[in-house]
Amino acid sequence: MRIRPSAIVMTVYILFLLLPIYWLLNMSLKTNAEITGGFSLWPRDLTFRNFATILSDPSWYMGYVNSLIYVVLNTVISITVALPAAYAFSRYRFLGDKHLFFWLLTNRMAPPAVFALPFFQLYSAMNLIDTHIAVALAHCLFNVPLAVWILEGFMRGVPKEIDETAWIDGYSFPRFFARIFMPLIANGIGVAAFFCFMFSWVELLLSRTLTTTVAKPIGVTMTRTVSASGMDWGVLAAAGILTLIPGALVIWFVRNYIARGFALGRV
Amino acid sequence: MDRPWNNKAWFLVLPVLALVAISAVIPLMTVVNYAFNDTFGNNQFFWAGLEWFDEMIHSSRLHGALGRQILFSAIILAIEVPLGIFIALNMPKNKGFWSSLCLVLMALPLLIPFNVVGTIWQIFGRVDIGLLGRTLSALGVDYNYVSDPIDAWITVIVMDVWHWTSLVALLCFAGLQSIPQAYYQAAKIDQASRWAVFRHIELPKMKGVLLIAVLLRFMDSFMIYTEPFVVTGGGPGNATTFLSIDLAKMATGQFDLGPAAAFSLMYFLVILLISWVFYTVMTNLDRDETSGEAK
Repeated sequence: MRIRPSAIVMTVYILFLLLPIYWLLNMSLKTNAEITGGFSLWPRDLTFRNFATILSDPSWYMGYVNSLIYVVLNTVISITVALPAAYAFSRYRFLGDKHLFFWLLTNRMAPPAVFALPFFQLYSAMNLIDTHIAVALAHCLFNVPLAVWILEGFMRGVPKEIDETAWIDGYSFPRFFARIFMPLIANGIGVAAFFCFMFSWVELLLSRTLTTTVAKPIGVTMTRTVSASGMDWGVLAAAGILTLIPGALVIWFVRNYIARGFALGRV
Repeated sequence: MDRPWNNKAWFLVLPVLALVAISAVIPLMTVVNYAFNDTFGNNQFFWAGLEWFDEMIHSSRLHGALGRQILFSAIILAIEVPLGIFIALNMPKNKGFWSSLCLVLMALPLLIPFNVVGTIWQIFGRVDIGLLGRTLSALGVDYNYVSDPIDAWITVIVMDVWHWTSLVALLCFAGLQSIPQAYYQAAKIDQASRWAVFRHIELPKMKGVLLIAVLLRFMDSFMIYTEPFVVTGGGPGNATTFLSIDLAKMATGQFDLGPAAAFSLMYFLVILLISWVFYTVMTNLDRDETSGEAK
């Protein structure tokens, strides 16, 4: 069998991508004594104790629960407000539409570091520090613009004649939107939700600033516990592996839209 | 698509406007407030005018961070863009299980939480327990990213290449897929070289997405925070302290609110400028697309 050069390039590249992840997995299945004591390419005495530690200790697994709560809240809020707005941008021209669309984009591009401190003060004033809703609202800063842009890109592909036919058939706007239009852009909604989920899931700076104990996300649990207990490498690696799972589970469904999502619905 | 003029559409945009106003405008006004005032706590403010801006513009600390930031973004782009194009050209074009698997595996690093990316590279690069660190030491290379600034830089850059090259590749791949097969056949008839095919068929078709990729990578690398923070903590010394890390140190570590706010505003202006370029590119692409349909 002839091996094509492109297959070699891809194999090398994917190995490069997977090697560090493999190493993390390797570490998570070792005991701390084995990690610091010797060097081996695979776990000699396989242990699931690290995972057991995380899944049985509330101070660990609540980190995942907290993260999931605010991520899901954020995704629901973002998509709900973005849907009508994206429709407006894709179908009508109105006073200041271009400026508004541009202004939304600047929020996607805004560095979270700029917003960390003012957010802290704003949510302190509203008594929302250390609640899930605070993080969910803060993440709207970049997720709502993202959702609007992605959805607008998808809605643009739906012919306007469909709307017009529905008006003639006597549909009211909410009924038309829910019964006819949303099924047509189901793909777009899925992709937008996926990207909202993802960007909220990977963000740490804002969620760290806005939480202390009750709503602490997993990323913070990882940094704090590790520095306190003198580097528990095995548990740290296991916690890392567990954060990969949500992304890995859903990525198969959006694989053909990944590029489109990253390019804010364009491409 | 020509869209009718209808100001009632404002009602549809209103929820977004309200939400983003809370999460963007109010915080930004706070920043502006701090940038022009001095405070000794107790919510008492004294007008400081442009003092903080003056201080920041002449601060060698800011210059250092900005210089490192620009160098970092430049290196990242110089590596990731050509590599991304190269990978995209080699990706399997047919739609089957293997090409889907390729897509999914390539996208995997993009979905890892930023702090975990840092953790992965910390564990991978450490001299005592990491595969990379151990291998390099075994080969006789004196590598230690904790104490050596050059090694720290290399680690952070390789980490970013690992993390984000797939984004460039995936975007370019999306561009490549829009090329009709007939173009390649015509090139074959003309006996065009591989380079000529790339230069005259593939590159022009990729131009739009490539521009998006470059802008996205520039923006995101320009505000990188979590990954280098986890791996190096901005060190050794200040060697990998980029703009966002410096800003976070200043604002939440030392509570130098005035200078930090002035810094933020200047940072934001740069972002605004780049966003505008991005917006122009996007809308031009949209226009090309619609005029293409009209033909």
